[in-house]
Amino acid sequence: MLLVLEQCLNGLQLGLLLFLVAAGLTLIFGIMDMVNLAHGSLYMIGAYFAATFVAWTGDFVLGAALAFGATLLVGMLLEVIAIRPLYGRDHLDHVLGTFGLVLFFNELVRIVWGPAGLRVPLPDWLNTSVQLLPGLSYPTYRIAIIVTALAVALLLYILVMRTRLGMLIRAGASNREMAGALGVNIKLLYTLVFGLGAALAGLAGLMQAPILTVQIGMGENVLILAFVIIIIGGIGSIRGAFVAAIMVGLIDTIGRAFLPDILRLVMTSRGAATVAPALSSMMIYLVMAIVLVVRPQGLFPVASK
Amino acid sequence: MLLRTVFAGAAVLSVFAAMPAPAQQKSVKIGFVSTFSGPTAVIGNDMRNSFELALDHIGRKMGGLPVEVIYENDEQRPDVGRQKTEKLIQSDRVNFVVGYIWSNVLLASLKPVVDSQTFLISANAGPSQIAGELCSPFFFSTSWQNDQTPQAVGEYMNQKGVKSVYLIGPNYAAGKDMLTGVRATYKGKIVGEDLTQWPGQLDFSTELSKVRAAKPDAVFVFYPGAAGVQFLNQYAQSGLRGQIPLYTAFTIDSLSLPLQKDLALGVPGAQHWVNDLPNEANKKFVADFRAKHKAYPSFYGAQSYDAAMLVNSAVTAVKGNLDNKDGMRNEMRKANYASVRGPYRYGNNHFPIQNFYLQDVVKDKEGNLTLQTVATIVKDSQDQFHSRCPMKW
Repeated sequence: MLLVLEQCLNGLQLGLLLFLVAAGLTLIFGIMDMVNLAHGSLYMIGAYFAATFVAWTGDFVLGAALAFGATLLVGMLLEVIAIRPLYGRDHLDHVLGTFGLVLFFNELVRIVWGPAGLRVPLPDWLNTSVQLLPGLSYPTYRIAIIVTALAVALLLYILVMRTRLGMLIRAGASNREMAGALGVNIKLLYTLVFGLGAALAGLAGLMQAPILTVQIGMGENVLILAFVIIIIGGIGSIRGAFVAAIMVGLIDTIGRAFLPDILRLVMTSRGAATVAPALSSMMIYLVMAIVLVVRPQGLFPVASK
Repeated sequence: MLLRTVFAGAAVLSVFAAMPAPAQQKSVKIGFVSTFSGPTAVIGNDMRNSFELALDHIGRKMGGLPVEVIYENDEQRPDVGRQKTEKLIQSDRVNFVVGYIWSNVLLASLKPVVDSQTFLISANAGPSQIAGELCSPFFFSTSWQNDQTPQAVGEYMNQKGVKSVYLIGPNYAAGKDMLTGVRATYKGKIVGEDLTQWPGQLDFSTELSKVRAAKPDAVFVFYPGAAGVQFLNQYAQSGLRGQIPLYTAFTIDSLSLPLQKDLALGVPGAQHWVNDLPNEANKKFVADFRAKHKAYPSFYGAQSYDAAMLVNSAVTAVKGNLDNKDGMRNEMRKANYASVRGPYRYGNNHFPIQNFYLQDVVKDKEGNLTLQTVATIVKDSQDQFHSRCPMKW
């Protein structure tokens, strides 16, 4: 029972990280109608910034905060320089343009940081595990990720639903021309939204950095999962991204944790050990396929475009 | 008419293709397939650096012929590896294909090489299939069969009195071989095992939770390249480090150590070669490598260095007559060169029969972390699949 609980925490943590990436992606896709394949690169940039700033300041939290700010800036700059010329063009042009950015960022990172990858050491107070229940201890750092991501999700909700800026974002999403005609500075709004999306991806990357090594192309796996999430959740819907991300995180983790044991009931132990990881990584896509058949607009579709 | 022209053209081409190569070539052409992009490019680079160093040591000539090397990047993908291998065979017409980090890439690439009667020297991957039923007179290994190293680890765990163990590795050809290897020699109880999706999965929280619940005496793990860094990181974060001892194969090496740092201290591993083995060839290799690249070579590099020397011994024995394939094979079967691991023999399947050592992480004189030999775990180990290989000599 405790193992199930622990695996649920693992799933929740994975889901929340994916939510941060997917939230930015869905904002940019839903509001700006922009397919951004370079979103994974911003995740990677966040992680590399974290590695640099943590080593530079010697303090994990301060370094992470600097990395968050730096990714926000990179995102806004990127929007002004490279993304703006792509608005109003075909989705295929977006895909080609932003795929070019993926290659550009990978090469840039290789030139600046080298090919070997970096490690972000955790401070001692995060590098332990705490006892949640008798017999259930859990890594402190993963708890920190869960708490941070939940806080960010809450802030994002307040920002979008309760503030004037959020109102403008929602207005821009539902009718871009009308919002522009009413005097909203759509250009500036887009730069802010893109920067916000970039910063969220960067936050996910920098939080993941101490768990994984920081390496070139680390954002590409995450990007695919993020696309799956926004399709399940409904494009443009932050609430949908939240629910879908946690769903995906739980399905992936629970599948990996318990499928081998379930399969062992019907096949040999070795066979089960081989089939289970393949099957559990398929389950997410299975869910996506079912959602696409039953509810093509996603679980929480945005009302109108 | 058109059809006939096409057929005629094809016939002419096939005549050209069937024409034997000129008796005396002007150079020895070697194709080198490894990973030169992505997170595991550091391994490919280390192999290339060591191979180049070996060529420097022999004056870049073999049997009087200049050596030409064509490096190809397999991107760690079996399909790409096979495509690059076919290109080396068909359009570059190489005399030797060397390299291969990954067992799944090697398995995909084996057939085009041995079918064209070109020698393939694996400088790392040693899948059980090639040691057994797929063994070939045109295949040689300068590394090991995958199961050998984990078998040595299993032996060592017996010596340490480990009562139960949990096995974790990646779900591909080598990962399965590694876990089979431990199972072959380890006498205690295996309380659980996990094969994780490869190379996509880098977060091991699920598996580590299962380890904690299973409460084994020890954990055996195989994660080559950057994944080994991630595993040790997460092992420490989960609080298991210091509670459940870790035993490894190919997880801690001189390429991953600069990232693993202190997390690797006290984690034993088995290896057929360690940078401090006290033979002359090895001293020269390690000293010159360190002088040139300011870093310790890895076992991947040592195996690539040996691959160059093995090819050199073959070409020298036939005095540069590269058509004398039987002559070259007979020479390679003797392993008649100064290997950096010390002398070894070949089994009937062309895999080495060799010693395995216990390695440990220590600090060198300059304070850098490095690996050192602690003890010999097994002497003259031969892989368990050689009896399935029909080749006799």
